Amino acid sequence: MSTEALTLNNVTVDLGRQRILDDIHLDVSPGSFTCLLGPSGCGKTTLLRAIAGFTPLSRGEIRLGRRALTHLPPEKRETAMVFQSYALWPHMSVEENLGYPLKLRGVTRTERRRKVAEMLARLELSGFEERAVTKLSGGQRQRIALGRALIIDPPLLLLDEPLSNLDAAIRRSLRSELRRLQKSLGITTIMVTHDQEEALQMADQIVLMRAGHVVQVSTPQTLYQQPADLGAARFLGVDNTVTRTPQDPMGESGAVTFGFRTRDAHLDAPPCPQALIRKGRVTECVYTGDGYHVLIDTHDAELFATSATPVAPGTFAALQVPESALIPFGPDDRHLPPLDRHEDIA
Amino acid sequence: MTIARIASPLVLGALLGLVAFIVFGPLLNLAMWAFAEQWFYPNRLPTGWGFSFWERVFRPRAGAWTSLFNTVLVACAAVALSMALAIPAGYALARQALPARSVIMLLFLLPQAFPNLPIFVNIAAIFYQWGLNGTLVGVVLVHALPGLVYAVWIATATFSAVDRSLEEAARNLGASPLRSFTDITLPQALPGLLAASIFVFLDSIDEFTGTFFVGAPEITTLPLLMFNASMGGNYQVAAITALILLIPSVGFMLVIERFLKADVLSRVGR
Repeated sequence: MSTEALTLNNVTVDLGRQRILDDIHLDVSPGSFTCLLGPSGCGKTTLLRAIAGFTPLSRGEIRLGRRALTHLPPEKRETAMVFQSYALWPHMSVEENLGYPLKLRGVTRTERRRKVAEMLARLELSGFEERAVTKLSGGQRQRIALGRALIIDPPLLLLDEPLSNLDAAIRRSLRSELRRLQKSLGITTIMVTHDQEEALQMADQIVLMRAGHVVQVSTPQTLYQQPADLGAARFLGVDNTVTRTPQDPMGESGAVTFGFRTRDAHLDAPPCPQALIRKGRVTECVYTGDGYHVLIDTHDAELFATSATPVAPGTFAALQVPESALIPFGPDDRHLPPLDRHEDIA
Repeated sequence: MTIARIASPLVLGALLGLVAFIVFGPLLNLAMWAFAEQWFYPNRLPTGWGFSFWERVFRPRAGAWTSLFNTVLVACAAVALSMALAIPAGYALARQALPARSVIMLLFLLPQAFPNLPIFVNIAAIFYQWGLNGTLVGVVLVHALPGLVYAVWIATATFSAVDRSLEEAARNLGASPLRSFTDITLPQALPGLLAASIFVFLDSIDEFTGTFFVGAPEITTLPLLMFNASMGGNYQVAAITALILLIPSVGFMLVIERFLKADVLSRVGR
């Protein structure tokens, strides 16, 4: 078994006077798939590069299994990384690219050939040995880059937005392909992404980051249903917030603000007692394929709701959100009841 | 309309002819002088043609062979020396943060901003004290100096064009810094480094002033031989020397051209 657990303690990175990462703690269990999720500039790529050894730490420690990585140069860490640009070496063929890490480890020529052929078969790119990497399509490059990282059988795989340079259709198919491959190899994997859908679909554990801090570490389900604070909720597609009034449900929770997703707010639902209701004037109605997105101007907010039938702008409408879809936040914008920032993943 | 249609190719042709004359006229004159036995003032063309001056130039005692040998030797040594310095310097500069880099690069260019005659005179004075005057080493050093500026500039541009993640990928997969430099960075930078070598080589081939102050009279290169011949009114010898001077240049260009295409060259500094 090559797979190992990764532990980050107090990881802090400064660039000049600016603090890029502030006191990051993280436990990644062996064989799991962890996504570092956050908007650009939140420090997720810096964290990945710190694990790979390209960004020096100001403080803190990184451990992989029983090894301390903190003071090792990148080449001694065995943390195979797939770069966003793939970073395939253009002066080498596919075979040379894949074989180079093996060459560095003194693997004989015939053995290298065998392993490269094996890897290409696994990537469903058999017979590509002699191809120039510059002649490959985006998806093929991505797979070669992945193969080059996996060929050394690393204890940890680092992926830096590996799918972001591909078009939507290939990206979707590669998501499940990548996840299948990761599961079959059982390799501990950390992937950086800014795409919440990608993170929710692929990860066992999501690390939500913002401005150099970890906001929440949890399973995709928990993250989606119980985001730690309002900012996290907005990042995860909770696009409506309303201030609680006495008529609203969940009075005992102490909630000051409710967040809900557009798809949970309905205009044409039968009235129900345990629901949040807001009335207002329709200002916009947009067709989305499975229905209509309606923008409603209430007194204190503009809210989005869904409707099966079109609604004329200017008319009055009432939107209704079931209690189960409401996400309660306290006066400090934090989720109620307060969540443990580091939930343990079984 | 029709006049313009007919006239425009004519004008274009005339312009092209003029440019061709400006570019190739002197070369043609040179070629005629190289094969002229007799060519006196009122005549537009030489009155006698032949190879007798060629025979004179290549007589063992005439020194053309030694000069050719010296020229090529000095040029190769200047390339080797300046590239040996420019590769590490260019790499270090390319990996510098940008403001610091531009300051250093400008400082580096500064000696080139001065008229080079006083510089060479001073170098000659210093080399005289060190006993380098009239030696091949001295001449190589004086040739490598301007070459080094080109070489460092081009090498810096080339190395900064090499995508850093390519090196990082190599480090990440187990290559030491030196190994990733030789296996990844150097091959990526090769076209630019070859371009830099061409510049240094061609610059050295027809370098005159420095050689004159530091090398003469012990070390004679082709430009010096040519200078002596033209000063002595011996245009045939000067022309023949000039033609010989083309040989290493053209040869070098051909060798480089084999594995360096124009489109690769144009990538330099991108």
